[in-house]
Order: sequence, then C-alpha cells, then structure tokens
Amino acid sequence: MDIHEYQAKELLTAFGVPVPKGGVAYSAEQAVYRTSEIGGTRWVVKAQIHSGARGKAGGVRLCPTDADVRQAAKELLGKTLVTAQTGAEGLPVHRLLVEQALPIDRELYVGLVLDRKRERIVVVAHPHGGMEIEEIAQREPAAILREEVEPAVGMQAFQARELAFGLGLAPGQVGQAVTAILGAYRAFRELDATMVEINPLVVTTDGRVLALDVKMSFDDNAMFRRPNVAELRDYAQEDPREAEAAEHGLNYVALDGDIGCIINGAGLAMATMDMIQHAGGEPANFLDIGGGASPDRVAAAFRLVLSDRKVRAILVNVFAGINRCDWVAQGVVQAVREVQVPVPLVVRLAGTNVEEGRRILKESGLRILTADTLSEAAERVVAARAAGVAA
Amino acid sequence: MSILLDEKTRVIVQGFTGDKGTFHSKEMIAYGTNVVGGVTPGKGGATHLGRPVFNTAKEAVANTGAVASLILVPAPFCADAIMEAADAGVRLVVTITDGVPAQDMIRVKRYLWRYAKERRTTLIGPNCAGLISAGRAMMGIMPGHIYARGSVGVVTRSGTLGYEAAAQMQALGVGITTSVGIGGDPINGSSFVDILALFEQDPETQAVMMIGEIGGPQEADGALFVKEQMTKPVIGYVAGLTAPKGRRMGHAGAIISAFGDTAAEKAEIMRSAGLIVAPSPAELGATVARALAQQPSRPVMVPR
Repeated sequence: MDIHEYQAKELLTAFGVPVPKGGVAYSAEQAVYRTSEIGGTRWVVKAQIHSGARGKAGGVRLCPTDADVRQAAKELLGKTLVTAQTGAEGLPVHRLLVEQALPIDRELYVGLVLDRKRERIVVVAHPHGGMEIEEIAQREPAAILREEVEPAVGMQAFQARELAFGLGLAPGQVGQAVTAILGAYRAFRELDATMVEINPLVVTTDGRVLALDVKMSFDDNAMFRRPNVAELRDYAQEDPREAEAAEHGLNYVALDGDIGCIINGAGLAMATMDMIQHAGGEPANFLDIGGGASPDRVAAAFRLVLSDRKVRAILVNVFAGINRCDWVAQGVVQAVREVQVPVPLVVRLAGTNVEEGRRILKESGLRILTADTLSEAAERVVAARAAGVAA
Repeated sequence: MSILLDEKTRVIVQGFTGDKGTFHSKEMIAYGTNVVGGVTPGKGGATHLGRPVFNTAKEAVANTGAVASLILVPAPFCADAIMEAADAGVRLVVTITDGVPAQDMIRVKRYLWRYAKERRTTLIGPNCAGLISAGRAMMGIMPGHIYARGSVGVVTRSGTLGYEAAAQMQALGVGITTSVGIGGDPINGSSFVDILALFEQDPETQAVMMIGEIGGPQEADGALFVKEQMTKPVIGYVAGLTAPKGRRMGHAGAIISAFGDTAAEKAEIMRSAGLIVAPSPAELGATVARALAQQPSRPVMVPR
C-alpha cells in the first residue's frame, strides 16, 4: 500500500524526521490559506499522487506570490498527471501539498527498503539525490552507500553516522542527518513499511538538514496491526477494479488484451496468461481467485472481468486442491446464470473431484466450452474469441 | 528415499483443532502421513481425530517425539508459532498460512539462526502448498492423487502451478520423489538453493524440476547453484512472461535489485546456467520426460 507525500511527512515527523513547514490543500482557497499559515515568502505547490517523477511531469510548482499559488492549485487540482512511473493512464490529482520553499545547498539520496536477497532492511544512500539515482546505481553500483540492519538489534547510531559522513556532510550537519536516518528507520520498523525514500534529503544554505520529498510504501499483510496507516489508503489513486477485487478477496490487475482470465493461484494465473500468449491471444487481466472459491466469489470474479469492455472471451482455469472442482463448477454455472456472460466461455477444471465438476458443467445446458489440459484451454479460448459465440 | 518427509516422519499440526487444521489433518492422515498429535493453546489434554492435543509445541514434542510440524494458524500468530516449533526442537516446519507480514519473517529467520546447524529448523513457506513425498506422506494442502511416485524432484514457488506440473508428469507416466512448494512471499523459509541441495543428495531423485516466478533473486541463485554444484539434470520454468511491470513508487527497489527480476531475464539466467527451460507451461511434463529419456540410466547415487 502506498500513501501520499504529505501523509508520509506527517508520519515521519512523529519519529523526529525534520521536514519543511507545509500543509495539505483540497482547493485553491485552502492552498492560499496554507501560505499565510506556514509563512515565508516563496512556496512550492506539489501535486499529491502515488508516484515519483512528478517534477518533470509539471506536478511541482514554485510560487513567489499568493496569486501564483492560487493559479498553480487551480491548474493542478482535477488534472490527471502522467509521470515516468505512473504508466500512460496517469493518476488524478485531488490533493496538494503547499510548502515553504527553501534555499537549497545540496540534495542527497536516502532510501530504506526490504532487501529480499539479504532478508533484511537495507539503508542505501548517495551524495547526489534526484531522478538520476537509478542510473547512478546501474553505472557505478559501488558509489551507493549501504548499511544492512541486523534484525536482532535494529539500526545502530554508528551505521547512520557512517552514512552521514559518507554523504560528505559537514560536522554540524551529521547529527541532524543521523536523527533523520534513525527516525526514518524507526518509522519503517514500527509502521511495517516496505519502503521509505527520502529523495532528496536536502541541506539548506543555512545548514539545516530536511526531508524535502518522501515516499512510503507499506506491507499489506501487516495492515491489520497498523490501523492508523491503513486508514491513509486513497482509493482514488488505485485502479477502481483492483480496489473492488480486493474487497472480494480477489487479486486483479488490468492488462491490455481481450481474453479475460479467472484462475486460482498467482503462479498458475501467470502461467495461463503466458500460455494464452503462446496460443496467439492476449490476456485482458490477471485474476487470482485464491483458495476457497465460493460461488459468490466466482460470480464476483465474472462481474469484475466483464466490467472491462475490451473482453471478448473468458478462460476459467482452476486446479483444485482445497477447492473441489464440483464446487467451482457450481459457482461457474451459478455465475453465468446470474451475471449473463455475453462472450464465449472456456472452463478448464483439474484436480479434486474433476469428473463431478465436468458433469455439472455439461448438464447445466449452458454453452460452456471445456478443456482438459492447459494447452487445450488456451487454444480453445483463442479460437472461441475469434468465433465469438457467447455462453 | 525422498527428501525431508516420508511415511515414518512424526508430524504434529499447529492449529490442529481449527477448521483448516481439522480438514487438512484428515486429508494428510488419509494419505498416509504419520500425524501423531497437534497443538492448540488452551485445548491441551483433549483428543482430536484420535490424536492427542497439547497446549505447547514443547509438550507435543516431548510426548510424541514429533520432528515435523505443519502450521495452519492465522497470519498474525504465524511467526510466533514457527519460533515456538523451532524452540521445541522441531526439525521441519511447514507453514501454509498466507498473509504473514514481511518483517515477521525477518525476525523468524533471524531467530532460526540462533541454533547450531545440527539442530537448526528447516522452514518451508509461508504462503505455500506444503510438501509431498509421492505415495508416502504429505504436509500440505495439495490434492495427493495427482502425484505419481517416481524419480523427479519438484521445487516450486507457486502451489497450483506445482499441481499443474505434477498432473502433466503423471499423464506421461513420470513420477515424483518429493514436491516442495517454497511459497511466493518476498521473505520465505527454504529457498530454491536449499531444496536443490537436498535433491542433489537424494539417491532416488534423478532429475529436478524448478518452477519460478517473476520477482526476487532466488531463481537466479538457484540457477547458479545448479551450474556450480549439481550433477543431476534440472528442468526450469519461470511464470510471468506476460506479467506487466507494476506501477511503482520511487527508486529504492530498483537500486537494490539489479538484472534478473523479470521472467524473461530469469529464464535466460537458467538457460545460461545449463538448465533445460520448458518452452511453455503446457510442456512442463513433456520437457521433464524428454530430459529423463535422454539420460543414460544413471547409477543410483550414494551420498558422500
């Protein structure tokens, strides 16, 4: 789960990470009001979307006057911002962060992330913050400073100090940077984050060290014990179908093709999509219905897949372990009767009680095409898409 | 022979008396697994499915001599249950539960390292289908009847794609020694390398099928291990060639993970390490069958 920059800054502030003075705004009026509240003579208006690279996309505006703030807010609110990280469809701007603009001397990079290989939290840093950090990491990986956190004791002050000196900070700034890095680590640990990125961590011309931009992502599996983080979720930043899927315990990702997929298990779902492509088709979605595919869940899956207008055929592929095939078949039959499937439907069942499942499909009287193997299923759905006879 | 589990292995179930624990324990017993009892805190002294229930893993181990535990407790309590089993001296812990927080797994893995290698617990999972030694015993939630007994070891991140492989192999008359689902979580117990090493040592296993997914470094590590340490043929597949690159936030992930995250990259790494990569997920079984046919009948290997 991702959150907005202003939310991340509020969370980090509670852990002692210094950030510029600022506040969120939902309207141009509120944005102007924020300038009087936070003071100063120049402000930055920042579009709040769940993406980086907003600056280059025109989502960050430097404003010397109230009128400029009003103008920037009017232009940004309601706009869809497309950045290098959003994909072509972009993300809608409904909230702004208005901050005091600071005179900046240096921009540094600090990121904390779960390292799957090391199975630890790793803190990475580099003396040059900004967008080019990925290229730097590719070009000269040795230039990236790294500290691995020993899980038994957590991050130690010396590790933050090594990073701060490695970043080339002046003695007067090292203490501030250590506070910021250790604070970010504690937030990561105590809020079940999967990523905290301070990019850039800036040194102002008057020697202050602050987190100028912050991103945080969280572990969905841990949100049951972090209600104060879970409530920060902004559904407007998510694909509405993905959000609806999550409500039904389904895992859905929209794709560009036109063959809808309903499958149990993420690995089998990906393999089935690969097979559809192998057979000459293009999957319209990834959809994992998980274990325990009740008729209601199967019906929800059909509705979700059909809400994508591009879909011209559907493939159901369930390899039943805990799910029994007869149960899944009943769900499919019930769903087709309830939902009205206007496109061809191919169902492949395998595993526990497979004969009973196939019998239920056959005796339903519905025009459901069946397949015994994965390759048959993929070939049949690609052919059925071309023929276009609805279930 | 098989790896990790056979019909004699004494198994307990943590979360024994719950719905899931009851259902899957029955299935495991019916398959031939030597389930000797279970743990449900507060229900110690009861009998469930004709087997004793204990309050703690320590009691269960002391009274039954269990060496393996299947964990079916809800995700919030999973890390605790794994550490309890490890502390009780259980040698093999299989965790089916999905949704375990990643930082819990970091702590669990750190905890397992506090024991010397001779008594360290092997953890499989979480978020996996478990493992099955075909025709002998299973600790997991898979449909046992799709696994024919034979000479191929299977290690897979995905549960249902592992079923798919087993069914394809069965249809071609190719059998399995043990199939291990290691789970798809970012931080999990045993890795591909851990399981590949066990298969290499198992005299009955003549070839290995390794099924990966997009994301994470474990497939590449596994491929390197095959290249440097294995004598047996390994057949590989990586699901997710068509998977989209997800939306992302920031750069930190890209900085720590270099080349090798996509399915195409992983398949290429496998190929260059000498694995036989199945051309499509419909040919998992056929690729294994071909590889076995090309093998001169191997002398049974004796572990050194």
